[in-house]
Amino acid sequence: MITRLDAGSAAVARGLSDLTIRNLFILPTIAFLIVFNIFPLIYSLGYSFYSYSASSNVEALFVGLQNYRDLLSDPNVWNNFTVTAKYVLVSVGGQMIVGFGLALLLNRPIPFKGFITTLLLLPMMMSAAVIGLFWQLLYSPSWGVINYIFNLGDFAWLSDPDVALYAVAITDIWMWSPFVMLLSLAGLSAVPKYLYEAAAIDRASAWYTLTRITLPLVAPLLLIALIFRTMEGFKTFDLAFIMSTQPTTELIAIRLYKLAFQEWQTGESCALAYIVLIMVLAITNIYVKYLNQAKAR
Amino acid sequence: MAVVTSPAHKLLGRVAVVAVILVTLVVLSPIYWIASTAFKPRQLATTVPPTVFFKPELTPFIKLFTKRVQLTRPVDQATYDAAPWWEKRVYDAGERVLKVGGGPQLSAYPSRFLNSLIIAISSTLAAVGMGTITAYGFSRFRIAGADDLLFFILSTRMLPPVVVAIPMFLMYRVVGLVDTHLGLIILYTAFNLSFSVWLMKGFIDEIPKEYEEAALVDGYTRLQAFFRIVLPEAATGIAATAVFCFISAWNEYAFALMMTNRDAQTVPPFIPSQLGSGITDWTVIAAGTLLFLLPVALFTFLLRGQLLRGVTFGAIRK
Repeated sequence: MITRLDAGSAAVARGLSDLTIRNLFILPTIAFLIVFNIFPLIYSLGYSFYSYSASSNVEALFVGLQNYRDLLSDPNVWNNFTVTAKYVLVSVGGQMIVGFGLALLLNRPIPFKGFITTLLLLPMMMSAAVIGLFWQLLYSPSWGVINYIFNLGDFAWLSDPDVALYAVAITDIWMWSPFVMLLSLAGLSAVPKYLYEAAAIDRASAWYTLTRITLPLVAPLLLIALIFRTMEGFKTFDLAFIMSTQPTTELIAIRLYKLAFQEWQTGESCALAYIVLIMVLAITNIYVKYLNQAKAR
Repeated sequence: MAVVTSPAHKLLGRVAVVAVILVTLVVLSPIYWIASTAFKPRQLATTVPPTVFFKPELTPFIKLFTKRVQLTRPVDQATYDAAPWWEKRVYDAGERVLKVGGGPQLSAYPSRFLNSLIIAISSTLAAVGMGTITAYGFSRFRIAGADDLLFFILSTRMLPPVVVAIPMFLMYRVVGLVDTHLGLIILYTAFNLSFSVWLMKGFIDEIPKEYEEAALVDGYTRLQAFFRIVLPEAATGIAATAVFCFISAWNEYAFALMMTNRDAQTVPPFIPSQLGSGITDWTVIAAGTLLFLLPVALFTFLLRGQLLRGVTFGAIRK
C-alpha cells in the first residue's frame, strides 16, 4: 500500500491544521459554558457571603459565613430537606417498582409492542408544569375523576397537608415510571435466552428466576435509572410548585425559589443554592461513574 | 424460540397481553382526559359524575385564541345571524368576542405559543450546531483531560435551574436581558449544549474514522472531510439530538417562570398563570394544553428508536 500516507500530516499540508480545527471546534463550547454557567456561579458564590437583597437599594454588606450558619441552623430549611428526601424516596421508589414491573410485563412477544412502548413513554416527554396543572383537575375534591372512580367522596388530595406530597409523588410516578421501564427493557433484552431455558428445564420457580437471573443482569441499568431519577427528584421544582401550595410539599428547590424571587433574600438564597449545588454535584459524580461503567460493558 | 411452552405458559402470556393493554389505557387516561376536556362544552368539564360521552365542539379553541367578555343581555338575532360560525359559538356560550379594527381581538395564547416556538427553535439550532462540532473535536482529536472536560460539560446540565437562575437574573438585569427572547435562548442553549455534546459524541464515535482518512488521502482538507463526509453520516444523530433539545426547551418551566413575565413568556408558565384569573374555564386550559402537547407527542413517535439513547445522554445505545 504505497498510496497510504499518514492522514494527519497530509491534512496539515492543506487547509487548517488539526490543532486549529480542534481548538476552533471545542473552545467556543467551553467558553460559552464558562460564561453562562460557571461565571454566574462564581458571581453568586460572592453574593453568598453578603447580606443583600436584589429588590432594595441597600448596599450589600459582607457577613462572611453568616448566611451559611443561619441556613444550616434553620429548622425550616432542614424541614425542606426532609420533605425532599421523603419525596425522592416515595416517588423514585414508586417509579422503580412500577417501571420495572411494566418492563417485566412488556418483555415478551406482544402485538404492536413498539407502538405500545412508545405510547407508554409519552408522559415523560411532556411538560411537567402543564401536565401537573391538569392533574389538579383530576385530583379535584369536588369533581375530580380520581375521587369519582375510587369512590373517595370529597377527599382533598392536594390541600390535605398529610397527603399532598404523596399526591404529587403519584403524578411523578405516572410521569417517570416509563423512564425506568425503558432502561429495564434494554437490560432485559440483553439477558441471554438460554439462561431462562436452563432455568425452565431445572424447574426453577418464577421467584428464583427473577431474583437469581433477571435482577442481577438488569441491575447495572436499574442503578443508572435509580441514580438519575434520584438526582432529578432532588431537583424537582415544577410539579410540586404547580400542584400544591402546602408547606408539607415545599421541596428544597421551591424554598430556594421563594427565598430568591419572592422574599428577595438574594445573599442568603445564593448560599442555599451553593449547599444544593454541592449535593447535586456529588450525585452527578456517582451518576457519571456508573454511566461510564455501563458504557464500557 | 425454544422456550418450553406449557398450556400454563400460554395462558400466562395471554393474561400478560391483556394486562399490557389495560395498563396502557390507564397510563394514557390523563392525556385522554385533557384531549376530551378540550372539546367539551364548558358546563360538562366539571360534572359529577364525570362526563365521558358528549357532542364535541370547537368552542374551547375559539375561546383560547380570542379575548372575550360575558354577555350582559342576549345578543339580538340579526347580529347573531350576521356573525361568522366561530363567533356564533362564543355567543352560544354566553360571551362576546372583543373586536379591534374589525377583526377579533387575540388572546395572549398565540403570542406565547410563538414565543415558545422562536425560543425553542433558536436555542436548538445553537445547541446542536455547537454541540456537533464540539463532539467531533472530542471524538477525533487527542485532548488532554478529555474525560474531565466532558464531565465538566455534563455537570452544567445537572445544575438545578433555580441555582443558575439567581445569578443569571442579577446579570440579566444589568444588561437588560430579563424578559427577552435572547435571554431565554441563551439560557436554553447553555442548558442543552452539554446534552448535545454528549449525545452527538456517541453518534460521531460510531462513524468509522477510515471514511475521513480515505477522504484526507484523496485530497480533502480536514474541514471538507468534516462537512462532506462526517456531517451527512451523522444526519440521523443530528436530527435526533435536535428533537431532544427542542423538547426540553419547549417544556422548560423554571427558567421561563423566573426570567420572563410577558414579552418573552413561553407557554409553560403562561398556562398555569391563567388558573388564578377569574373563574377557571378548564376547557380553555385543556385546549391550550392539548395544542402545546401535540408537537411533543408527534416527536416522541419520530424519536422512538432513539429514546433510550437520548435519556441516557448517549451512553446506552442498543
